[in-house]
Amino acid sequence: MSSHTYAVGLATAVEDSVPAADHQPGLAVQEARPLAVRVKNLVRSFGDRPVIDGLDLDVGAGEFVALLGPSGCGKSTLLRILAGLDTQIQGEVACARRRAVAFQAPRLLPWKNVWRNVVLGLPGRPEKARATQALAEVGLAHRGNAWPATLSGGEAQRAALARALVREPELLLLDEPFAALDALTRLRAQDLVAQLWRRHEPAVVLVTHDVEEALLLADRVLVMGHGVIEHDVSLDLRRPRDVADPEFAVLRKQLLRWLGVG
Amino acid sequence: MTLPETFSPEQSARAPVLVAITSTSGQRRRVPRPVRRASGVVLAIGIWQLLSSTGVIDASVLDSPLHVATTGWQLIRNGELPSALGVSLQRVAKGLLLGGSIGVVLAIIAGLWRFGEDLLDAPLQMLRTVPFAGLIPLLIVWFGVGEKPKVALIALGVAFPLYINLFAGIRGVDPALVEASRTLGLSRIALIRHVIVPGALPSLLVGLRFSLGISWLALVFAEQVNATNGLGYLMTNAQELFQTNVIVVCLAVYALLGLGVDLLIRTLERVLLSWRPRFQGA
Repeated sequence: MSSHTYAVGLATAVEDSVPAADHQPGLAVQEARPLAVRVKNLVRSFGDRPVIDGLDLDVGAGEFVALLGPSGCGKSTLLRILAGLDTQIQGEVACARRRAVAFQAPRLLPWKNVWRNVVLGLPGRPEKARATQALAEVGLAHRGNAWPATLSGGEAQRAALARALVREPELLLLDEPFAALDALTRLRAQDLVAQLWRRHEPAVVLVTHDVEEALLLADRVLVMGHGVIEHDVSLDLRRPRDVADPEFAVLRKQLLRWLGVG
Repeated sequence: MTLPETFSPEQSARAPVLVAITSTSGQRRRVPRPVRRASGVVLAIGIWQLLSSTGVIDASVLDSPLHVATTGWQLIRNGELPSALGVSLQRVAKGLLLGGSIGVVLAIIAGLWRFGEDLLDAPLQMLRTVPFAGLIPLLIVWFGVGEKPKVALIALGVAFPLYINLFAGIRGVDPALVEASRTLGLSRIALIRHVIVPGALPSLLVGLRFSLGISWLALVFAEQVNATNGLGYLMTNAQELFQTNVIVVCLAVYALLGLGVDLLIRTLERVLLSWRPRFQGA
């Protein structure tokens, strides 16, 4: 596989589903690090058509994984399975218990003001201060009392992020959360996610169709196809990352080729 | 506005015609809303008074608003109208409470559980098409001529609109919100309380609007058969004595009650649905 030629990343193809560390005994300590996601031989069919067909995936605690793939390849289905929303599955799936999801649409309850949306579902009677603190982290402390319908697209998406973060997730599942945002708002939101990830260190699975977004944010980029993870690339680009970095451009080109573009 | 440097009069032939967008801010609320809302009613009564006093409408057909108002005042002074109104309101309240609870409970059962829908929806949709006023003879056979058949008739009229609208409202709750709430760890009870009920509330209020309207209709039917008191009785009695004024007073009371119901629902909507951005009308 051509990915081995890149010095910039520890690139490993995983069609044979052997964990990367098995090739390198020196990484045994890293392999012992706890997992946030363990998926073995997962199958999910719609009718006769298997969308996910014998998929294996491990995500380490605190690891940021981006999941790329052509439209309809099953990446959103995989995320829904990890979220526990889709249980019509065969195979073995284990996920961190504390997990939170941010969807492409913010999905705030329109009849609860923003801060009540943020603390919805938390045990006991959570105080407003708790919501305000989470909202402050995404720069929305002043909008706590607003109705969701009065928020802009970017604000609503940040409120949804605050709602996910207030649960202190060990696994944060992001389903194209920036896809509906305009380009400038998207850049700011990506930056915000990177900051929040560094501060709280959850494992993140980010489903996206934006190669640059994946390369800007992730420790590891997975490319899905034919119902499995076809390519698995670990990135050790310096953070914060720069689109103008030549290594970045090389990786971008390779990923696009895997996605069948360019 | 800055013009491009190359602008010259020769180009003006190609230039689009600009239309000024006039500001509408400040145009609203010059006249207070209640005054504007009352204007239509005042105008209608004014025309009626004009037609009566010029003799276009004969007093034996329809008396002037002034005379109707005098009759109304007399009926209030001698206590006839208040007691009739009290009796009628009680019937409506009982019927609403009974029929409303039945409709809401059935809708919740059918809305939340597919088994409930399979069991209840088909028979209710069949019963709904039976004109409820046609059930009066049967209700009298079952319950006699006292209060029971009247309350039962109102309850019947009220239950169906509430059932249909609330059922549709529960099934119309955005599945994306239900899904999101599940990822937040909401239990089934919490899901119903925080997502299903508030999501179905707009439909419930539409159902309530229909129900309240139908409850007055059912009241008129119920009280014109075998009643010895109430608004409907007052009207039937007046008809036998050719007191058109009394009939018109009763109709006016119905209209005012309808207005009161509308105000009540509007207030409920304003308070309960304050989260919903609405088209305010042009």
